[in-house]
Amino acid sequence: MSILVNKSTKVITQGFTGAQGTFHTEQALAYGTHMVGGVTPGKGGSVHLGLPVFDTVAQARDATGADASVIYVPPAGAADAILEAIAAGIPLIVCITEGIPVQDMVRVRAALELSGSLLIGPNCPGIITPDECKIGIMPGPIHRRGHVGIVSRSGTLTYEAVAQTTAIGQGQSTCVGIGGDPVKGMDFTDVLARMIEDPDTHSIVMIGEIGGTSEIDGAELIRASGTHKPVVGFIAGATAPPGRRMGHAGAVITGGHETAGAKIEALREAGIHVAPSPAELGTTLARVLG
Amino acid sequence: MNIHEYQAKALLRSYGMPVPEGHAATTADEATAAAKALGAPVTVVKAQIHAGGRGAGHFAGKPEGKGGVRLARTPAEVEQAAHAMLGQVLVTKQTGPAGRLVRTLYVESGCDIARELYFSMLVDRVTGRVVIVASPDGGMEIEEVAARTPERIFKEYIDPAKGLCDYQSRALAVRLGLKGREIRAFQSVVRAAYTAFTSLDAAIVEVNPLVVTGAGDLLALDAKMSFDENALYRHPEIAKLRDEHEEDPREREAAEYGLAYVGLDGNIGCMVNGAGLAMATMDIIKMEGEEPANFLDVGGGASKERVAAAFRILIGDPKVRGILVNIFGGIMRCDVIAEAIIAASHETGLNVPLVVRLAGTNVDRGKALLAESGLTIIPADDLGDAARKIVAAVRNAGA
Repeated sequence: MSILVNKSTKVITQGFTGAQGTFHTEQALAYGTHMVGGVTPGKGGSVHLGLPVFDTVAQARDATGADASVIYVPPAGAADAILEAIAAGIPLIVCITEGIPVQDMVRVRAALELSGSLLIGPNCPGIITPDECKIGIMPGPIHRRGHVGIVSRSGTLTYEAVAQTTAIGQGQSTCVGIGGDPVKGMDFTDVLARMIEDPDTHSIVMIGEIGGTSEIDGAELIRASGTHKPVVGFIAGATAPPGRRMGHAGAVITGGHETAGAKIEALREAGIHVAPSPAELGTTLARVLG
Repeated sequence: MNIHEYQAKALLRSYGMPVPEGHAATTADEATAAAKALGAPVTVVKAQIHAGGRGAGHFAGKPEGKGGVRLARTPAEVEQAAHAMLGQVLVTKQTGPAGRLVRTLYVESGCDIARELYFSMLVDRVTGRVVIVASPDGGMEIEEVAARTPERIFKEYIDPAKGLCDYQSRALAVRLGLKGREIRAFQSVVRAAYTAFTSLDAAIVEVNPLVVTGAGDLLALDAKMSFDENALYRHPEIAKLRDEHEEDPREREAAEYGLAYVGLDGNIGCMVNGAGLAMATMDIIKMEGEEPANFLDVGGGASKERVAAAFRILIGDPKVRGILVNIFGGIMRCDVIAEAIIAASHETGLNVPLVVRLAGTNVDRGKALLAESGLTIIPADDLGDAARKIVAAVRNAGA
């Protein structure tokens, strides 16, 4: 068990024949992800990396029965690519693209709410269930199959958490990078609810950052669920000056609840073990697991 | 990207927002001519800088003097005000003690004010929708109103499928206590703002205060707009409004190379891949007792050129007394990073301690390259180790 993806998940790539789509699909194939095809408008009917290429997502879905799509389309066309995947009824859409205009994502969110699709991202590393399915740009070899669920707004900080849990002899059930944009698909609550339910996830690491209040909602969900699974947390950006955008479009403090301090407080109140430093994610988990 | 008040007003006016007559001026002569052309009984002269609190601010060296917004009754008074402000440094609550140099003034007709309202529009991240925020308490900072009297802030969320509905504007107008023809006037203010907001990919439109005049008209007395950087590619006319004088030169150079950079006041320069890890690196430097000089995210697929540019910016910052490189390679390969660091160190004549922590893809190859380079690079195994080593190195170098 795991959440959202496993070894039977059939995946297509949108933006398949481009440099990013090609490189990461190769990596996914090498990892063992069940890739079934890809989409590049105008190249339908051809074969790329040994897989069929389609002009539209609907054609790809009909022909392959894909359960998931990963998007490497450049920012100007990425929102449309997500909307196309929603229209084609793809159950899980993972958008890696960074730099999508916020108002494009406003339209995507509205379409998403009326659909049965789930979206991870945009501006995220993707999702991985170690040894089964890697959808995204994370380095496969740092992961190890196990029982720690990891959810994070940041890409490389997710890798940091993975490496630190692996270093203490633990492995991961599923790791989800939800992305750093202000308007996005799945949020902490959506992922945490699934991890709490998942029998294969025995503990959880959640990594947030300044800006927005979704970590506080996530903490509230954990508290309300009454789960006995240990949860370790970290919030990046304690040193960030207010009002400045720290790389991620979503990482800017505009109100009192959005600071690292306010979020750390909310996590602690929910019974989450907050790591004192980003270097102590693994050791904090080890201490909690005993 | 922020723009000046006079630019925001011109844009909003073109979408139908009622704004007072006004002209931008960069010399006292231009300001005087603008005042004569307006011919208003009262003229307002406003310093144009990218920071709020101008009226309550003061000019450098004159802490007791007048602020950056002044009333004038004659062209001579306008000239006097222009001389007092142009070329001077205005310090406000938002500029920090360094203040900002005033290069442009906005000379505007005064108006008679019956009431001051607050009005803004932005994308709400929780609902993922455009939200209209309004309050009867105009002229104050909205954060203050939110903290003290949150019940006096009214919101309407716009469904992108339906677009802005006039009934939403009217509902807000009534809650703001507007009456009669003021309600319709407010409706057209909201429509103008929404059309501008969505047509131009704005990040915020803020009118504070939105005034109700004695005659029952609505006027945007102050206006602030900022824009989504990710959408500027489809608005070249907006991109041209960028005022480079208002931006940190280090940040401008970084932006040219596609680096996300924010200048800070500490002395440890950081180069990291990924925004979250970059923030975490700053945090851990502070936990070890020193301060970061910057936030710098070289991005996921940084090239050698980009890494070299990042290095030049760090070394070129006179405050930087040590550099910490923290790379967790995913797409980015550690050997490529190592080569770029070596090349950039030679090119820039590295003269401060450098700690490098590499992890992830091709890490062994990267570490070997650094070890063989002959450079005095301090290698670190993990994040905690890296932070301790750079703090120790900077303190030793300073002692």
